[in-house]
Amino acid sequence: MLRPVTLALGLTLLPVLALAAGEAEEFFLDNGMQVVVIEDNRVPVVTHMVWYRVGAADEPPGQSGIAHFVEHLMFKATDDMASGEFSRVVGANGGSDNAFTSWDYTGYFQRIASDRLGLMMQMEADRMRDLVFDPVEVATERSVILEERAQRTDSSAGGLFNEQMRAALFLNHPYGIPIIGWRHEMETLGIDEARAFYDRWYHPDNAILIVAGDVSAEEVRALAEEHYGPIPASGALPDRARPQEPPHIADRRLDFADERVANPYVSIQMLAPVREPGDQAEAAALVYLAEILGGSGQTSIFARRLQVEEQRSLYASAFYDSTSVDPSSFGLVNVPVPGVSLEEAEADLWRMIDGFLQDGIDPDQFARIQFRIEAGEIYEEDNAQGLARAYGVDLTTGLSLADVESWTETLSAVTPEDVMDAARRLFDDPSTVTGYLMRPDMPQASAMEVSQ
Amino acid sequence: MIARIAAALLGVVLALPAQATIDIQEVTSPGGIDAWLVQDPSIPFVALEFWFVGGAALDPAEARGATYLMTGLLEEGAGDMDAQAFAEAVEGLAASFSFDSGRDSVTISARMLTQNRDEAADLLRAALVEPVFDQTAIDRVRGQVLSIIEGNARDPNDIASSTFSAMAYGDHPYGAPQEGSADSVAALTRDDIVAAHRAALTRGRVAVGAAGDITAEDLGLLIDRILGDLPQDAPPRPGPVALDLAGGVTVVDFPSPQSVAFFGHAGIERDDPDFFAAFVLNQVLGGSGFRSRLMTEVREERGLTYGIGSFLSLADLSPAMLGQFSSSNDLVAEAIEVVRAQWADLAANGITQDELDAAKRYMTGEYPLRFDGNGTIAGILAAMQSDDMPVDYITNRNTYVEAVTLDDVARVAARLLQPEALHFVVVGQPQGLSPGN
Repeated sequence: MLRPVTLALGLTLLPVLALAAGEAEEFFLDNGMQVVVIEDNRVPVVTHMVWYRVGAADEPPGQSGIAHFVEHLMFKATDDMASGEFSRVVGANGGSDNAFTSWDYTGYFQRIASDRLGLMMQMEADRMRDLVFDPVEVATERSVILEERAQRTDSSAGGLFNEQMRAALFLNHPYGIPIIGWRHEMETLGIDEARAFYDRWYHPDNAILIVAGDVSAEEVRALAEEHYGPIPASGALPDRARPQEPPHIADRRLDFADERVANPYVSIQMLAPVREPGDQAEAAALVYLAEILGGSGQTSIFARRLQVEEQRSLYASAFYDSTSVDPSSFGLVNVPVPGVSLEEAEADLWRMIDGFLQDGIDPDQFARIQFRIEAGEIYEEDNAQGLARAYGVDLTTGLSLADVESWTETLSAVTPEDVMDAARRLFDDPSTVTGYLMRPDMPQASAMEVSQ
Repeated sequence: MIARIAAALLGVVLALPAQATIDIQEVTSPGGIDAWLVQDPSIPFVALEFWFVGGAALDPAEARGATYLMTGLLEEGAGDMDAQAFAEAVEGLAASFSFDSGRDSVTISARMLTQNRDEAADLLRAALVEPVFDQTAIDRVRGQVLSIIEGNARDPNDIASSTFSAMAYGDHPYGAPQEGSADSVAALTRDDIVAAHRAALTRGRVAVGAAGDITAEDLGLLIDRILGDLPQDAPPRPGPVALDLAGGVTVVDFPSPQSVAFFGHAGIERDDPDFFAAFVLNQVLGGSGFRSRLMTEVREERGLTYGIGSFLSLADLSPAMLGQFSSSNDLVAEAIEVVRAQWADLAANGITQDELDAAKRYMTGEYPLRFDGNGTIAGILAAMQSDDMPVDYITNRNTYVEAVTLDDVARVAARLLQPEALHFVVVGQPQGLSPGN
């Protein structure tokens, strides 16, 4: 099966169902910094990550994009290092480095030969508190993030549509604001906003160090105490209490037309609960629900019925974002074949849901999904870096190491009845956001030679 | 702190892992198929990678897109199973197969649990040897391909690269997108699909890589089980083609606030004596994961783009030196000037000693990090064999990089980088790109 379209849904897809709970060790430094070590001795490589429990949903009003902007500025000068030197040193040591920002977390990582771990910690500890904000650098980098927004969002009809969908879904929670920021607010971000955000959140007691690879927990402890240990705790971390959603009592609809749309589609999103510390059962059932409805491109209900049997869809799927600080979303999407309207495609999705609520779960399908979840633990062991990242996401969204390690077990314990109960709760008179991504007719692109 | 970092850096250079330490076994199956294996029993599964050399470039002119559609159909029914039954069987074993096609090869990546490896192998065999290609599946997947073609036609990145290829390669298979056109795909028949399958998947032109929980003996048996019933002889491949494109700028009007620029000119063969010098040169100019000249000048210094890179394309039939970036419509003209200036500077002056040292340290240090999982290792092993590289390449590769001198880079830069030959395809509504640019 060929997936016909790239859908920018902004939800975490479920690349692997299960987070294999490897042999992780956890400890805390005296300044409150959390440390997790995942040992994998197959190759002499480590992934060194520092995650901050702060993301775009923690931004002050009117400063959308500041969390991501600070992430970019972290690669500029510190009191000890020149602008760009961080990545230069990583590269000169044969490593690679990058960073990422989400609504709930900001992370920095390097992959490098394991005997370079101390050097990475030394530099990462340096920029935790000693970043220097230079007005020229800040202005140039603002231009870079505006280009990033132009590339990722403004140049993509799907990207813009997704932004609108989230803005409509979240009435009050900052999850409705794009991580990259609204352009008109990004244009106003400056040195004062960046420094204030950095000083508020970048402290060891708000950070999690995750090291995965060819290193022991004892080695990590010694290096972490040497490099991160001397940094004083903030002692006054702000609360991550974000404005919460009121009850959703009205369905909302939006139409978005863009001449760059190739394959029109309908997207339906609704609020959904997520994994909570000590209580992951509901989320585990919803993971199964998304898989059963729209996971596999061949054997899910949407794929089997809408794509294969009825041939009314090019692609139909379900998405669920199980891991975030505050309630997130469950989504359905349907890309109809030419000749089937978006209204019909929307009705098709609800017809599938109604049929599922009546007919229940095929036990064979359920058994296959369960086996794949368990086998996922085996495959996950092959990817220490992926494991490190999964731990980071879980721990920065408020889960404990015990929650992380019991997640696969929780998934294994889900029964078909649990899934049906969760489905009834989700689909029992939900308030939804339904969006149509459409296109006006567009003239064929034409080539024009302008030079030589 | 800076002194400590410098000291650490200095100490480090010598201590860098000079080579990847993986132990490759050369395996020949009882049926005569060669494979490379990295055996590692620590996790109970094996990753297999099959590269069938030839790919979409084998499509006849009147059946463009046949290999692409055929590859998409391999998992849509095999043996006595329809698409549904096949998918259920694969999922029931928690195996995973992915089937991909490219200009030069059809590639299959598979993961199989040790506990049910033979059953998984039988499913993969069925997909490769006994695909059904029933008309219903052909029509359904054809519809998906047509929507992909439609999507590509409205994607500025794809418009840029496909416009460049069409201008550079004309009627050669490289000039057409591997998906084919809406017209050519609509006209494909089941016979075209069957012919593409016969041409693309042969024992005579397959490279096999394996990594994970399997012995050499078991691997030989497994490969014969999967591939043994494929035909041996492979059809001829099209000949090489020169990248035939004069320098300049081509603008494709596209409604977007940002323009995509795809640019390049002819490249260098992998077996050229100066290949490694060119490899180092590209790393300095626009290599990924590295503070390259282009990233520094276009992004860091001027804020004209979010990202820019150059790369040595080693397409089998026409090597090329290519690059790509996106810039707002009012900035793209300036960015193009900066790219041209860097091209000219390196062609005339080569690189500095510092740049050479930094590039070598990055390239030799980064290389061993690639061998970090069964799936990636299997992929590297298959790719190397498809390029006819020797098994000791992994051991020696960093030595080749280390041997490159400033003079080597200057020599290859003067030959390879041709600022006046650079052609830019710009997709968007760029400002200030006028004749004489």
